[in-house]
Amino acid sequence: MSADDEILREFLLESSEGLNQLDRDFVELERDPADRNRLGAIFRCIHTIKGASGFLALHRLEAVAHAGESLLSRLRNGDFLFDGAMTSALLAMVDAIRAILGRLDASGIEGDERYEQVVAALTALTNASPTVSDAPLAVEPASTTPPDDVSALFPPRAPVPVEHEHAPPTQLLETPMLPTTLPPTSTDPPASSPARADALADSGDAAQTRGSPISDSAIRVDVGLLDRVMNLVGELVLARNQILQFGATVKDAGFANASQRLNLLTTELQEGVMKTRMQPIGNVWNKFPRVVRDLAQTCGKRINLELDGTETELDRTIIEAIKDPLTHAVRNAIDHGIETPEARLAAGKTETGRLLLRAFHEGGQVNIEISDDGAGIDVGRIRSRAIERGVVTAERAARMNDREILYLIFHPGFSTAAKVTNVSGRGVGMDVVKTNIERIGGTVDVHTRVGFGTTLKIKIPLTLAIIPALIVTSSNNRFAIPQVSLLELVRLEGGTTNRAIESLHGTSVYRLRGNLLPLVFLDHALQLPRASTSVDAISIVVVQADDRQFGLVVDGISDTEEIVVKPLGKELKGLAGFAGATIMGDGRVALILDVLGIAQRSNVVSASRERTIVDKTAAGPARQEEREALLLFRLGRDGRMALPLSLVARLEEIPLSAVERAGGRDVVQYRGAILPLIDVRQLFGVAGSGAADGPLQVIVYSEHGRSVGLVVDQILDAVEALLSCRQHVGGEGTLGSAVVQGKVTDILDVHGVIRRAAPGFFAQEAA
Amino acid sequence: MTMAKHPHQICTFKLGDTLFGVDVTNVQEVIRYQEMTSVPLAPAIIRGLINLRGQIVTAIDMRACLGLPPHAEQLPMNVVVRTGDGVASLLVDEIGDVLQPDESCFERVPETIVGVLRELVTGVYKLDHSLLLLLDVERLMSSIPMGHQTEAA
Repeated sequence: MSADDEILREFLLESSEGLNQLDRDFVELERDPADRNRLGAIFRCIHTIKGASGFLALHRLEAVAHAGESLLSRLRNGDFLFDGAMTSALLAMVDAIRAILGRLDASGIEGDERYEQVVAALTALTNASPTVSDAPLAVEPASTTPPDDVSALFPPRAPVPVEHEHAPPTQLLETPMLPTTLPPTSTDPPASSPARADALADSGDAAQTRGSPISDSAIRVDVGLLDRVMNLVGELVLARNQILQFGATVKDAGFANASQRLNLLTTELQEGVMKTRMQPIGNVWNKFPRVVRDLAQTCGKRINLELDGTETELDRTIIEAIKDPLTHAVRNAIDHGIETPEARLAAGKTETGRLLLRAFHEGGQVNIEISDDGAGIDVGRIRSRAIERGVVTAERAARMNDREILYLIFHPGFSTAAKVTNVSGRGVGMDVVKTNIERIGGTVDVHTRVGFGTTLKIKIPLTLAIIPALIVTSSNNRFAIPQVSLLELVRLEGGTTNRAIESLHGTSVYRLRGNLLPLVFLDHALQLPRASTSVDAISIVVVQADDRQFGLVVDGISDTEEIVVKPLGKELKGLAGFAGATIMGDGRVALILDVLGIAQRSNVVSASRERTIVDKTAAGPARQEEREALLLFRLGRDGRMALPLSLVARLEEIPLSAVERAGGRDVVQYRGAILPLIDVRQLFGVAGSGAADGPLQVIVYSEHGRSVGLVVDQILDAVEALLSCRQHVGGEGTLGSAVVQGKVTDILDVHGVIRRAAPGFFAQEAA
Repeated sequence: MTMAKHPHQICTFKLGDTLFGVDVTNVQEVIRYQEMTSVPLAPAIIRGLINLRGQIVTAIDMRACLGLPPHAEQLPMNVVVRTGDGVASLLVDEIGDVLQPDESCFERVPETIVGVLRELVTGVYKLDHSLLLLLDVERLMSSIPMGHQTEAA
C-alpha cells in the first residue's frame, strides 16, 4: 500500500514538473512552430505521463494524455504544422491533466470528469489532415456535456480545424522533414541525441527528471530537511560570533588561528547552504508565457513576452512570496499598460507590444523589472482622479511633484476604483504588490514615460533568514535595526544637542539639511526607563518606514552585524514594534525592531520628501550651481575636503591592527570581502595627524559590488552646499571647490583618486 | 490506570512557601538562572527572553503570574516547559523533587480559592508535610494577555 502511494507521489511530482515546463514550451512552439526539439520534448513529456498513468491504472488521465499524444505524434511526424488552434487544444489538455493530477494529489482518486470535449477536440485536430490518422483512438465520441474544468478560452476555438487543411502542404516545404533524427518511439531516447541535448540546454531541469544519465548529478532533497540544515547553519553562525567575541579577549595565537579558520569555514558553509535553497526565478516565470498569452487573447492585444535573467537565483521562501505580486504586476502591464494593436499603430508603434521581465543581482539584492512599451502613466490624470477619489486634497495635490503623484498608484484607496485604471494605465491592486514586496523587506519603484511605457522596479533581499542589521542601545538594552530600513546616522555632540533638537507641538524635530525630521526617542517609544542623563551626545538613526522618514534617537550605536532572524514566541507575536529576535555574539538575546511598527506606535507622520541620499544614480561629478549633499572630512591638521554624499556607501572605523598587506596595497577584511584602502592623506601629501595607533577613519565607496576604502583623518559633518565648482583650483584629485559653512572646501574627485591609486578598480568594470 | 488529569510523575517547584507542580511530560528541562533580555511593552509577567542553545524562549515570571511580590535577592530557576504553543520557561524560586503522589490524595481545588490560582491550578495533592498544587501549563500559556494583534511579517 505504502509502496503504491510512494509511486503515485513520485509520479505526481514528476508530472507536475513536466507540466509547468509544458505551458512554456507550447507558447514558444506557437511562436516557432518549426522547433522540432521542443516538439520532441513536449511529446516525450506527454508520452511519459500517458505511460505512467496506464501503469497506475489511471484510465481517465490515460485517455486525455493519449488523445494529446496522438496529435503530437502526427505533428512530430510533420503531417501538419503547429498553430494557434492546436495550442489552445493542447493547453486545454494540459489543464485537464493538471486538474486530474490535482484531484489525485488531494484525494488519491481521478474523479469522474471525462474531459470528453477536450479529447474530442484533440481527436478532431488529429484527424483533420487529408491522410487518415493511423494512431488508434481509444476515445468515446464527443458528448454534449460541457466540461466545467476546462479553461474558458477553449470552446470558441474548437471548430477551427477546417482552416488548416490547406496550410500544412505549403508549410511543409519550408520545414525540413527529419523524422529519422528522432527515434521512432520516444521511450528513453539516448541522451546523446542532439534533440535531447538541445532540449536540456534550453529547458533546464524539467526534462532531467525523466531518467536520463544527466539526472545522476542531481538529487531531490526534501525542503524540510533543507530548512533544518539552514537553521543549524544559523546556529553555527551565532556560535561563530560568540567564539570570535571570546577570541578577542584571549591572547593566544593558536586559538586565534583556529577561530579565524572557523570564521572562514562558517561563512563558506553559510553561503553553500544558502545556495542549496536558491531557485532560479525562472521557476516562477515559467507560467508567465501562458498567463500572457491567455490574457492577451482575452484583451485582444498582441504581446511579445521577453524573459531576461531567468537563471537569477533567489531563496525559495522569497520565490514563494513574490509569485503573486509578480503575477499581479504582469497582468497589470497587459491589461492597462500595453495598448490594443489599433491604438499602437495609431501611435506609430509596432502592432505587437513588448513586455520584458528582467532579473539580475545587484549589491546583495535581486532586482526585478517589469517593463512594457505601452501607453505609460499620465500623471495629470492620476492627479485629478486622486483628488476625485479623495485620496488627497486638491491643495495637497497641487504641492506634490510628479513623482509623488505617480506614487499615489500604490495608495490603497486609489486602486479600488476600476475606472481609474482604465485611464491611468496601471493601478489595480498595486498597493497589494507594494505591501507584499515590502513585507519581505523589498522595495517597489515605478518609472514611466507617457507614450513610451512603464517600468516597475522591484528590489528584494536575497534571503530572509540572515540579514545585516545595525545594533543600537537604548537604556542599556540592545536592539537590532534591519539594514534595509536604514538611511543614515546622525550624531550630535556637545552644546549643539539642545539647539539642534527643536520642539514642535510637543514632538521633537531635527533639521536635517534644512528638512524637518520627526524624532522618536526609542526609550520613550518602548517605555523604557530613561538612562543616565548624559545629553552631551545624541545619536539619531534615520530610518524609513513605508514612505516616511523619521529619526530614532538612541543612546548608542554599536556595529553592523549579520544577524539570524528568529521568531518570537506566540505570546509575544501581538507586540507591535518587534519583528523578531536574534542572538548576539555574547550569547544574549536582542530584539529586532520593526521600524514600521515603531512608527505606527509613535504616530510618526511626515510628508514624503524628495530626498536622494540613498539614490546612487545621482552620483556623478558635481555640477555647476547646484545644491548637493556633501560629506565633509579633514585631512592633516586643518585641511578640509568634501565629497558628494551620494558616493558614500558607508563610513567605517577600522582598527590599525586589522590592516593587512595584499598585492602591494593595504587591505582590510570587510563584510566577507577584501576592501582595498586608499590613503587620501598620502595622495595629497598630508601627514596623518591622528594618533598613530588610533583607528582609521574610512569612507567606503562601492560600485558594481566592489568597494574601496578612502582613509581620511576625521569625518566632520554632512552638509548641503551650493556648489560653485571652478575646475583645477585645488589641483589634481579634486573636482573643484565649494563654499561650505563659510569656508572654501575642495571637492574630492573620487573617481580620479581611485583611478590613480587603484587602476584595477575601473578596469574590471570595462571587462 | 490513572486518568489524564492525574499525571504519573510531577515536577515540583517552590514559589515562596507554596509547593507547585507540573506534569513531568510537559517539562523539557530544568536549568539554573539564565541571563535574560527584557521585552519592552510586553505584559509584566513576561520577564524576558532566554537563549536556550540557540532557541529563543520566553521566560514567564511565575511570581508575577500568581500575584506574589518579587523575590528580593535570589535569582530564579528555569523550568522549561513544552506546550501546544511552543516552548516557554517558568521562573520559579526553587526546584523540588519529581514526585509520584498517590492518586487517592488528589482533590479538586477548594471553592475558597479564587482568582488566578483557581484558573491555573487543576487540583491539590495532600502530601505528608505539605500541599502540592498542580498547575495546568496549557492554561497558563493561553492565559497570558496578548498585545493587540498586529501583523508580524
